[in-house]
Amino acid sequence: MKIKKTSLHRLHQDCNAKFVEFAGYQMPIQYSEGIVEEHKFTRNHSGIFDVSHMGQLFIYGGEDLIKDLEKIFPLDLKNLKLNHSKYSFLMNKDAGIQDDLIITKINEGFLIILNAACKDNDFKILKEFLKEKYKMVLDENRSLIAIQGPKSSQILNDAFDGVKDLNFMSGNWFLFEKQRVYITRSGYTGEDGFEISIANVFVDKLTRELINKGSKLIGLGARDTLRLEAGLCLYGHDLDKDKTPIEANLKWAISKERISKGDFIGSDIIIKQLNDGVSKIRVGIKPEGRIIAREKTKIFNQSDVHIGEITSGTFGPSVNGPVAMGYVENEFSKKNTKVFLEVRGKKHPANICSLPFYKKSYVKEVN
Amino acid sequence: MSELKYSKEHEWIKLDGDIATIGITKHATEMLGDIVFAELPEKGSNVEKDGTAGVVESTKAASDVYTPVSGEVVDTNQAIVDDPSKINQDPENSAWFFKLKIKNPLEMDTLMSKDDYDKFAKETST
Repeated sequence: MKIKKTSLHRLHQDCNAKFVEFAGYQMPIQYSEGIVEEHKFTRNHSGIFDVSHMGQLFIYGGEDLIKDLEKIFPLDLKNLKLNHSKYSFLMNKDAGIQDDLIITKINEGFLIILNAACKDNDFKILKEFLKEKYKMVLDENRSLIAIQGPKSSQILNDAFDGVKDLNFMSGNWFLFEKQRVYITRSGYTGEDGFEISIANVFVDKLTRELINKGSKLIGLGARDTLRLEAGLCLYGHDLDKDKTPIEANLKWAISKERISKGDFIGSDIIIKQLNDGVSKIRVGIKPEGRIIAREKTKIFNQSDVHIGEITSGTFGPSVNGPVAMGYVENEFSKKNTKVFLEVRGKKHPANICSLPFYKKSYVKEVN
Repeated sequence: MSELKYSKEHEWIKLDGDIATIGITKHATEMLGDIVFAELPEKGSNVEKDGTAGVVESTKAASDVYTPVSGEVVDTNQAIVDDPSKINQDPENSAWFFKLKIKNPLEMDTLMSKDDYDKFAKETST
């Protein structure tokens, strides 16, 4: 398989990126300043992330499409306002998560942002389900960049007058060089920020302009530490086909209106788990010392019984200490429960904690 | 006081009498990125040439630290445990890892000079 490059590849090289292969793409893991500095710069100023490897799926249709998509996603889509977004998942019949995604109501239908590693399979699943009824485009001609951090609103507003008036999880079309650009106020860092969908041929020019205004390119390494501090899940690690949204502690993302009636993929299991509870659940885990417990680290209770596993763990630069998430048996999921993490043959004390590790307020209501 | 010698596992060693000071090279820190955790061997323990004698972790991954010579651990550098970023700042000097009372001075002969190591590091990193 040929490794793909994004339209910002040249710019990444100009900024001395170190590259890694990620989901079939050559992506920047970090630039010259390194992960910790990039992380802090995003928290304190403004960072730009190339997330063009993610899927941008446009599905065009009206009332029928809304009804059909409600059979797939656990969302109240008929009440989703134009240009508003929701976080959701594509589940299998057993409510196992095949992908997590953001779906936005646009004029002609919906825009769904999918994980890079899942997008082709998602497209296949959705195509099978929706048959040939609707035009579906997994758009390879558009790039996606995120600009995140407290200075981003002002920087982006200099390029697109009015973006600072967008509410969190809502978007609109703007113009760049007479090209239609779709911008949403969203992101995956725990910071205020935006995601920008723009034609491939213009993304380099826009990104350089945003850098000139004071933002900086940030690699996937810092994206991972930022999202983990913010308590956000990474597909393929914290979420996969063997985990349901209830087990992943994401039931807030399932529309209450839809639960009463069911009738979406996986709804039987979701309703059952909501009524009966689950045996394992995702929690935040804070090691007591400086030891870093990474993915697949085993978790034990005070009686030395194996009760779960870490799914993401790293050093959090803003927390200035190790942070982790994982799944534990439900009875050990209460905040402040003491657990032990087995790292290099030794057991280290840690505590179950609430997420996120790092909290900052999103802009909720501008207007 | 001798010149620094280097191992293929990217450690440096400085011999002063029969006491060796050991750390990781500047090249190693550049490959690892920001170091956020360091674990050192216990004082009084014995370590064997090419055996594990500590761990460093960056935000990305954990890496073992090996000892280029055998000996008894007589001192460890708590300062780098308390603030691992010191390893990135001054790897081949104040951010040493541990000191050994060496067992076999002949083991020093298997190590590289600075010039040889620089060549080796350049070749292996491309």
